[in-house]
Amino acid sequence: MTDTLEQTTKIPAGEGSGTERTNRELEAAARENEISTPDRDFTDARGAPHRGDGMGPRAAVGPSPQPTLAELSRPGRGDGKLPHAPADALDAIPEEQRRARPLGLPELSELEVIRHFVNLSHLNYAVDTGFYPLGSCTMKYNPKINEWAARLPGFAALHPLAPDTLAQGTLELLYELERMLAEISGMRAVTLQPAAGAHGELTGILMARAYHESRGDSERSEVIVPDSSHGTNPATASMAGYTTITVRSGADGGVDLDALRSALGPRTAAVMLTNPSTLGLFERQIVELLDAVHEAGALAYMDGANLNAVLGKFKPGQAGFDVMHFNVHKTFSTPHGGGGPGAGPVGVGEKLVPFLPSPRVLQEADGSYRLERSGERPTSIGRVRSFQGNVGVLVRGYTYIKAHGGSGLTQASEDAVLAANYLKQRLAGSYEIPYDRACKHEFIATARPLKAATGVRTLDVAKRLIDYGFHPPTIYFPLIVDEALLIEPTETESLETLDAFADALLAIADEAREDPETVKKAPHTAPVRRLDEATAARQPDLRWSPMTGAESPCPT
Amino acid sequence: MPYGPHTPGDRAHMLDALGIDSVQALFEDIPARVRSDGIDLPGPEPELTLAGRLEALAARNRVGLTSFLGAGAYRHYVPPAVDEILRRGEFYTSYTPYQPEISQGTLQTIYEYQSLIAELTGLDVVSASHYDGACATAEAALMTVRATRRQRVLMSRAIHRHYVDTTRTYFAAARLTLDELPTLPDGTTDLSALEAALADSERPVAGVLLGHPNVFGVLEPMSEATRLAHAAGALMVSVVEPVSLAVLATPADYGADICAGEGQPLGISLQYGGPYLGILASTQALVRQIPGRLVGRTRDVDGRRAYVMTLRAREQDIRRDRAASNICTNQALCALAATVYLAAIGPHGLRDVAALGAARARELEKALSEAGVPRVHAAPYLNEFAVRIEDAERVHAALLARDVVAGLPLAQWYPDDPELRDALLVCATETTTSAEIQRFATALAEVRS
Repeated sequence: MTDTLEQTTKIPAGEGSGTERTNRELEAAARENEISTPDRDFTDARGAPHRGDGMGPRAAVGPSPQPTLAELSRPGRGDGKLPHAPADALDAIPEEQRRARPLGLPELSELEVIRHFVNLSHLNYAVDTGFYPLGSCTMKYNPKINEWAARLPGFAALHPLAPDTLAQGTLELLYELERMLAEISGMRAVTLQPAAGAHGELTGILMARAYHESRGDSERSEVIVPDSSHGTNPATASMAGYTTITVRSGADGGVDLDALRSALGPRTAAVMLTNPSTLGLFERQIVELLDAVHEAGALAYMDGANLNAVLGKFKPGQAGFDVMHFNVHKTFSTPHGGGGPGAGPVGVGEKLVPFLPSPRVLQEADGSYRLERSGERPTSIGRVRSFQGNVGVLVRGYTYIKAHGGSGLTQASEDAVLAANYLKQRLAGSYEIPYDRACKHEFIATARPLKAATGVRTLDVAKRLIDYGFHPPTIYFPLIVDEALLIEPTETESLETLDAFADALLAIADEAREDPETVKKAPHTAPVRRLDEATAARQPDLRWSPMTGAESPCPT
Repeated sequence: MPYGPHTPGDRAHMLDALGIDSVQALFEDIPARVRSDGIDLPGPEPELTLAGRLEALAARNRVGLTSFLGAGAYRHYVPPAVDEILRRGEFYTSYTPYQPEISQGTLQTIYEYQSLIAELTGLDVVSASHYDGACATAEAALMTVRATRRQRVLMSRAIHRHYVDTTRTYFAAARLTLDELPTLPDGTTDLSALEAALADSERPVAGVLLGHPNVFGVLEPMSEATRLAHAAGALMVSVVEPVSLAVLATPADYGADICAGEGQPLGISLQYGGPYLGILASTQALVRQIPGRLVGRTRDVDGRRAYVMTLRAREQDIRRDRAASNICTNQALCALAATVYLAAIGPHGLRDVAALGAARARELEKALSEAGVPRVHAAPYLNEFAVRIEDAERVHAALLARDVVAGLPLAQWYPDDPELRDALLVCATETTTSAEIQRFATALAEVRS
């Protein structure tokens, strides 16, 4: 290809205007281009050329593998974003404090940067490209006005330590959002600081600890979680210095009330429940469960990961939960960002209000807003992070809640639950539905019978779904169900999409019987096939080789 | 309902298939005693009026002032290329790359992020992101406890107040000890106090944490502190501002074991405090102690290069109560912002950002000093420093009335320290102009006369 380019550029400019001659030469060069063949190491079955670098075929449209930024880098490329610093700028920095090793960052033109990341984006599946029924993650549509709102300069350029008088708009938004979340959940007060659900869990359990200690009740050393809980629950308990006690689920998928009662005692600090559970089931004995927790003097924590099922139908605070977290990136549609950021506000009942992390947003008598000052509320558990929270995410969540209002949020849950039940109904027969009653916004199907009959596992079904154009559901979670598929369609997917997804899963079940090898080797159409994860863990390659010396001399 | 696709016919079709008349039938498993009858919030609000409401709220913030505020969050020039990539739905509407075959975009960008931060810090293991600098610092402190099986860390009081406070919250929960190290009049951490604290054999130290530059903008004696920590069997944690690493010795250069920091300066807007980017990096020796996701390079069954989340046995969804941390959702999109920023700005660009900040800060120091407002500390600084001014909080308020944000009154963070009662922490970056510095100096003269 390089040769071809040089041929074109070698065309002489011609004397005078020389238009005719130049055009003739251009035409000749164009003909030459047409018949020239690019270098090929080999081609794959579809005739697509490989580049011989182990990165597979590249195509003009559609996904193509990408070299790394380091491989694309050429010393001397890319400049002009900033004026150059004066030569004496760092004279006051002692020699031994200065960077000695070269700064081996990649050097690229802006076009190369953009192309690199745009092409990488094509290797991703996303809500904006297709159905993403990842259970317990609520991959609903991320409305675009939310993105616009968070980028309004008044919000985006506000310094986190700006004096309160400069931050009245954001403070008002946060103050109102706290109250909206309190109304949605029936909780007394809300902190918006935690950055994600797990961070909210930690905040909530720390408040539970502070509550017990404030009463001189220091013997409580255990947190109880059901065996269907998210892994974050026991991990949170450990971070907060508690021992985790796991209780089994009953045959109907609910927490076994007797098992819970026998685990509860004077050592129990809190019980963490996810309701609806990670099986997609509402705890039908929630009243008795909460009574048992409180009789033991423990606090009830609700993991709000599944709140999208019960908006307007169930308010954890009214039911008696003492503390809960919200996942703004699930229930309130803020984007998942390839893994984050989210936001994990925590709601508390009356008992825990004194322990909320600082600073809180306060309203003054004149209607203005201010942040609580450091040390103003000595009962607080203190800070759980810097500044005020993932405010940019909270602006998006606020926008979503306003767009819906109370009735819209209730409708969202109704539609999410209807879609999940419809999908469950469509899969019954081809997949085992271990808990066959009305589910909430998600449900469990298993490939257990399929595996017994054909050897095709849940993993294979999931990978084969990729070939049908879908993101697989959550698999092998919760841990208490063998070969689990946890499917959450959300309220924003159309009936046609739900049907197409069900059709795909039914077709895969048929394929598993007729041609199990095809399913076991899936995916066949993704940019890469199944990965060697064992070697990745045994010989971790976590960064490219240092680019020592890649930096060209600094331009002056 | 906004964004909902279902027509009345669609809903009827689904209800028919389920053999029920109303969606209410699907909620009958909620006991009547705890069933609620809706949410009392106004709306739905049409997008047109909602947009107006948001614009009005945003306009009530005042962001165009002449500002010298830093203290852990910095205004920088961000090339528009960064947001162009962040707005790609393929990135921001995906989630944790659980299915690597259809998540190579996210996985490769995380691998590139890890590589770039490794290059900046000199440390080979970089986690895929934490919530912010404060949480990354707390996680770093917990790492030292796990790695050494000791229960006590020493943290300089000149680390960002929010980081110290956050670490204190985490440590109180886990019944661990956090002792603060005092500072010297020159603004650096008192190494003789460090030496004394390390000598207490009854209470062995897991880790020593210093900020570099520290909260006063001052450069710390990192090499000497690291030597002392290691001699006592403790790990060294450097809490950094990443842009400074373009010109300052790296954590690897002075032998730190762990580096934590706030990645906001790498292309992330201020947003009143988040979402930001918790940077956490360590030596290879600590790879199994580092919390958070890690992406590794591997091959697929055809031998093609591919990326995957790895060493997952550290994580909560596998190891539950014995996990290295409870972190699940992280700040991946902010890590992507940092990756695009570093690629777009390049090594010279980043060096210029750091060096221009230093040059502007010296210009600022000179202007303030000429106005009779000297530095508090004598040790070298990069682009942020504290100045002493009588009646600092009143002066700060008076300057604010003239649309100048004169940094942060340090009395807010150190109310009991007489040395800092009348101190303002000010910073400059490449975005600070000489005109702004002059405006500051002029306004200062006005309010003091």
